[in-house]
Amino acid sequence: MSSDHCPPSERPAGTAPADILRLTDFKLRFRGQSVATVNGVSLTVSAGEILCIVGESGCGKSVTAMSVMGLLPKGTSDVLSGDLSFMGKTYDLRRQNLPPHLRGNQIAMIFQEPMTSLNPAFSVGDQIAESVLQHQGGTRAEAMQRARDLLVKVGISAPDQRLKEYPYQLSGGMRQRVMIAIALANDPKLLIADEPTTALDVTIQAQILDLIDELRRDTGMGTMMITHDLGVVAEIADNVAVMYGGEIVEYGPVREIFANPQHPYTIGLMSAMPRLDRPGGRLAIVPGSVPAIENMPSGCRFRTRCAFANERCTERPLPKAAGSGHHATCHFAPLEDHIRVQA
Amino acid sequence: MSGDVILRATGVTKRFGGDGFLTRSPVVQAVDDVSLEVRRGETFAIVGESGCGKSTLARLLMRLLEPTAGQVIFDGEDISHAAGPELTRLRRDMQFIFQDPFSSLNPRMTVGKLIGEPLEVHRPELSTGERRAKVGDLLRTVGLSDEHANRYPHEFSGGQRQRIGIARALASGPKLVIGDEPVSALDVSIQAQVINLLGDLSRDLGLTLVIIAHDLGVIRHMSDRVAVMYLGRIVETGTAAEVFDRPRHPYTQALLASIPAPRPEGEERAAHLLGEMPSPTAPPPGCRFHTRCPFARPECRTAIPELASADPGEDHRVACYYWRDIASPDGAARAVPRSEPAEARFALYRAAIEGGQVVHKPAGSAPAAPPAT
Ligand SMILES: Nc1ncnc2c1ncn2[C@@H]1O[C@H](COP(=O)(O)OP(=O)(O)OP(=O)(O)O)[C@@H](O)[C@H]1O
Ligand SMILES: Nc1ncnc2c1ncn2[C@@H]1O[C@H](COP(=O)(O)OP(=O)(O)OP(=O)(O)O)[C@@H](O)[C@H]1O
Ligand code: SF4
Ligand SMILES: [Mg+2]
Ligand SMILES: [Mg+2]
Repeated sequence: MSSDHCPPSERPAGTAPADILRLTDFKLRFRGQSVATVNGVSLTVSAGEILCIVGESGCGKSVTAMSVMGLLPKGTSDVLSGDLSFMGKTYDLRRQNLPPHLRGNQIAMIFQEPMTSLNPAFSVGDQIAESVLQHQGGTRAEAMQRARDLLVKVGISAPDQRLKEYPYQLSGGMRQRVMIAIALANDPKLLIADEPTTALDVTIQAQILDLIDELRRDTGMGTMMITHDLGVVAEIADNVAVMYGGEIVEYGPVREIFANPQHPYTIGLMSAMPRLDRPGGRLAIVPGSVPAIENMPSGCRFRTRCAFANERCTERPLPKAAGSGHHATCHFAPLEDHIRVQA
Repeated sequence: MSGDVILRATGVTKRFGGDGFLTRSPVVQAVDDVSLEVRRGETFAIVGESGCGKSTLARLLMRLLEPTAGQVIFDGEDISHAAGPELTRLRRDMQFIFQDPFSSLNPRMTVGKLIGEPLEVHRPELSTGERRAKVGDLLRTVGLSDEHANRYPHEFSGGQRQRIGIARALASGPKLVIGDEPVSALDVSIQAQVINLLGDLSRDLGLTLVIIAHDLGVIRHMSDRVAVMYLGRIVETGTAAEVFDRPRHPYTQALLASIPAPRPEGEERAAHLLGEMPSPTAPPPGCRFHTRCPFARPECRTAIPELASADPGEDHRVACYYWRDIASPDGAARAVPRSEPAEARFALYRAAIEGGQVVHKPAGSAPAAPPAT
């Protein structure tokens, strides 16, 4: 890449014809606040791709996902800018959301706690069949058959028995599989998964990640996966967006992000993560904590926690290219070119 | 670390339920015949899937629960059925750090009062002034400052609240602190601060720590020795290095293989452990892992294998009939190799965080082209 500054909308990956989703310069402010909670997020998901959005609690991952789905409660926030393209059609989010009929049909979503999204009063079979009937029509018997096939597909044993069971009778991992079965009921083009494995044991998490990986291979579905676990990112992502304070501070192919991270926050997160291959000693931390939205600094939002910040960081840094499809939003990336540290 | 044992459990068992008068609730075998030793000054970790009995075991070790069978010896004394003044003394010597820094602190008490309270109970001889000074000491020990004493929990971030919880646990001057998932609710960046703090405390105060965590990276980082639990029983124990680098039990191997990690380019995903842990109301007979074990043979379904030495002299023990026949996978953790400039960046980051002086090179001195990757 020749130019130093490369806005995400011009990334070559973003112009690929197989783009399923593209979000451009999305800004959202909650009512009664003076600072935007999501401050200019751009990302793309193409067919068969898994994009992971990673960042600490409160950085705006869920708000971004909910906005894509058009699920944020009305009247609580204002979209300041943002275009959303889905399957080639573009919607200006200031004025319109995705048409609701796409939801649960072409775009499906799964959440961290499946218990809150499953209806406790209906059997597993009824809930899956309902979703099929709603979007595809047909007879009840056909929908039930489809429900059974889906349970098999998501790796649930004894599907005939499970169809008749209620959510409370299932373990957490099983419920998440049922959620995935419902999400897949209508062969979505895009799956949005918000922390789908955070509440699960590693062994069950591994099974669910295997499942998502297999499904995107088989169906070409694009996936936007939200997580705060860098291990999950390393294992499953094709591309990664690292978020801090409502902004994407680094974006790129997963191997690039891990082999050649650019932004001080990305480097900090990786340094803070305990590593199996380098046990003991002190972890290099990210000092302090995320400021409340009203105290978010101007310029680089990370500067109150960044060891390398100086007066230049009161100016908002632009995305800087670091390789193909890889960019970071820091005045001093790459650090070794701009910074020395004296003992 | 000395070899002196501070806490010993022998054949500890805990069953819940089964005592309803008309409607007998099913018996839950939460902890079954657990024996372990915790040495003075070490950090001992208990790991295993949700529901395997970790919290129950921790509560038994602290005498927050009474065992159905077996014994817990703390500092030479049998505490399994301790009560009255003996229990008060025990509460001073053994403290608990909870998982949830949000719900474990009374929102109506100032931080000073929260930390002062255990001092009032366990150090009644202190005057009000001495107590206030001690609260200040404790706050500074956990990286907060004296002024924080007048504030309320809601004014603090998650990591700070966990520090307050730790200061509170340290107030009585305990010999042993048990943390049940003490960092699980925290973001990585904050989690690292608390992990460092716990490491400092164990080193500087000679504190013995028992840590329960489900994050295997956290366990590997923090602990000297580890016990792996499955369905109420310990299936493998040893030094963290032995257990993580040469896991012997098929369950430990499966658990380690489940840790999400980068997959080398072109490599197939490794086969993961299938199925889920059976209910502890109906644990399978024989080796409790046999229903999910790829190596199970008929013998495994009848008698429970004992926890026995895997490497004599090395303190590594495993409860599996066939561990000798099962290859121990190469424990080398997978990581994406970093580029050289990236290594330099990590070094710069660490140097800056550890107090080095950051100098910005004059603009224009940087090479024009981005580094080759
Ligand atoms: N209805 C609302 N009104 C005001 N602020 C809100 C509202 N909903 C969310 N927020 C704020 O927006 C910010 C981003 O929240 P979001 O839920 O997207 O975070 P997240 O990255 O998903 O975090 P987590 O990892 O904890 O799920 C937070 O500071 C949150 O408090
Ligand atoms: N007071 C109780 N009454 C009945 N059953 C109980 C009680 N406490 C725990 N159990 C059961 O004992 C088993 C072990 O529970 P425990 O909380 O010790 O597991 P854990 O390993 O700490 O799990 P987690 O990782 O989810 O915290 C579980 O099946 C649990 O439901
Ligand atoms: S722009 Fe400045 S404050 Fe922001 S990450 Fe880079 S050095 Fe740190
Ligand atoms: Mg969220
Ligand atoms: Mg527990």
